[in-house]
Amino acid sequence: MIAIVDYGAGNLNSVKKAFDYLGAEVVVTTHPETVAKADKIVLPGVGHFSALGVLDQTGLREVLLQGARAGKPFLGICLGMQWLFDGSDEAPQLEGAGILAGRCQPFPSSVKSPHVGWNSLLPKESSVREASDWKSSRLLRNVAADSFVYYTHSFQAPVVDATTAASEYGARFSAVVEQENIFGVQFHPEKSWTVGLLILKTFCEVEC
Amino acid sequence: MLTKRIIACLDVDDGRVVKGVQFLNLRDAGDPADCAAAHARDGADEIVLLDITATSDKRRTMLDVVGRTARGLFIPFTVGGGIRELSDAGDVFEAGADKIAINSAAVKDPALIGKIAARFGSQAVVVAIDARRMNGSFEVFVAGGRIPTGRDALQWARQAADCGAGEILLTSMDRDGTQAGFDCELVQIVADAVSIPVIASGGAGSAQDFIDVFRNGRADAALAASIFHFGIENIGQLKRELSAASIPVRWPC
Repeated sequence: MIAIVDYGAGNLNSVKKAFDYLGAEVVVTTHPETVAKADKIVLPGVGHFSALGVLDQTGLREVLLQGARAGKPFLGICLGMQWLFDGSDEAPQLEGAGILAGRCQPFPSSVKSPHVGWNSLLPKESSVREASDWKSSRLLRNVAADSFVYYTHSFQAPVVDATTAASEYGARFSAVVEQENIFGVQFHPEKSWTVGLLILKTFCEVEC
Repeated sequence: MLTKRIIACLDVDDGRVVKGVQFLNLRDAGDPADCAAAHARDGADEIVLLDITATSDKRRTMLDVVGRTARGLFIPFTVGGGIRELSDAGDVFEAGADKIAINSAAVKDPALIGKIAARFGSQAVVVAIDARRMNGSFEVFVAGGRIPTGRDALQWARQAADCGAGEILLTSMDRDGTQAGFDCELVQIVADAVSIPVIASGGAGSAQDFIDVFRNGRADAALAASIFHFGIENIGQLKRELSAASIPVRWPC
């Protein structure tokens, strides 16, 4: 069973709907106990980084960290991916999970913000297409480089060791991060048509 | 690279997609869920569903339509028409929309933009502006284009963005339904004035019109309704032509 964590940030219907479509057994929950019992965890979310403060107040933070440390497959979507990092300049007082080093920052002033729309997935290194980091991605194994995914966000996560794909908007930022069974995507797979559904299906197939 | 979005708009009346010319001679263009799915398969980047009558007795029908349309749709889905307060927006999100579009209600009470944004996020709030050329500037109209407000479209767009709107859906009333091309001047002055994305609407008739509004109007997205419904312009064909003109689009999808 996959637990979709509901902490009041955005509409989770579309995430649930996508998993339902794929035939996965999912539950949308606010309860730490339900999250603790789940085989896999999805942390969605869209909006302001401060919304993640609810995780600290409800006991969800500890459960999520425990699950992630124990190797339970974990997928952070958008804000849920940003949470994996140390924090965000959007809400500097709030701590992220600190699983990945680095802070989320606004886009350079050379581009409009928010970044809204379909952008392409690129290998982490710009010089080599079909770079080894793309091949090593478990989440993207069924997805071709240059596939388009749907974004809507004002802050972006840096490219780090765990980054397996990037997108470019003003500069390169992390589109997908992976570290053992912990996965994060900045875009919205549930709104990214067949490419997004393939990515969610791949997550469903990750061995617990 | 961030691509320019092509958005298919479905005008819905009493549960059916309708399309007329200048709001006359409404023709039945099918079931909203079927139309939305067909547009998504054709390569539409988003779907907008507008309840063009939005009377209270038809509200339940509309929410059912939103639910049925959302169920099989895995691209962004915006719903507009008849959203007057936070609870209306909540109902529409609950039914499965990703974004709501508000027009008259936002003009009447700009704080509504912030209220919805605070609850559902700015990315979920599209402020729709209907503008008409008046003595060298652009005036905002409400109530389906029937009532002039005396407001300047450029200033209203700025204010809406400041209030927390995530995107502006900008319709040229002068061009709407004419297929004479987008009003690139209107789009460009608004797109340059706000940092949020601007969706151009009204006047789409050919691939060249889309090229012009992306290149000269600096639109982030362009919306069209009538030309897509009866197969006059297939979205895939449109995207191939945009791509050939070096406009970045999501193609192949």
